Amino acid sequence: MPITASDIENLIRESFPQARIRVDGDDGQHFAAEVVDESFRGMNRVQQQRAVYAALKGRMDGAQGELHALALTTKAPD
Amino acid sequence: MTALDQIRETVTGNDVVLYMKGTKTMPQCGFSSRIAGVLNYIGVDFVDVNVLADADIRQGIKDFSDWPTIPQLYVKGEFVGGCDIVTEMTLSGELDALFDAKGIAYSKDAADKIREANG
Repeated sequence: MPITASDIENLIRESFPQARIRVDGDDGQHFAAEVVDESFRGMNRVQQQRAVYAALKGRMDGAQGELHALALTTKAPD
Repeated sequence: MTALDQIRETVTGNDVVLYMKGTKTMPQCGFSSRIAGVLNYIGVDFVDVNVLADADIRQGIKDFSDWPTIPQLYVKGEFVGGCDIVTEMTLSGELDALFDAKGIAYSKDAADKIREANG
């Protein structure tokens, strides 16, 4: 079954319960997610996005990955 | 030579390397195309590695950087980021600062033009 925007949001939410999360996209393949979380403070963007990818538990990976394209924006709250 | 050794040699032996789907003249994915387009536009001399041409490199680069997606940009052996990070850095001027700090030649005017067009 193709992954949905709310599946992605739920996966991210498990790792970042307090985050402000927005996931757009409904073609089952291309999504854009914005994650704003206090835990990102002091991390560079690579570290922040690595943490989000980790939350997605391999779904971004390889030919078997369900998620072909996820545009990611990450930051700490202003 | 293993894929990881090969990657290490490529990223340390070249100032700017982009692991991408397709080539700099014929990208085969929108995300790869975007970074290659920025680098071409601002006149950065970079090495492109087409991961679609080698399954071991395609997997190896993900293991090397602990980063699950392609494209991946490397400057002087250091992983800079994927498409979203490089886009943000281009628009914020951080990419210019990185190239300045690392002594990479590029056109500041062209980078300014990208920012004007996307401001």
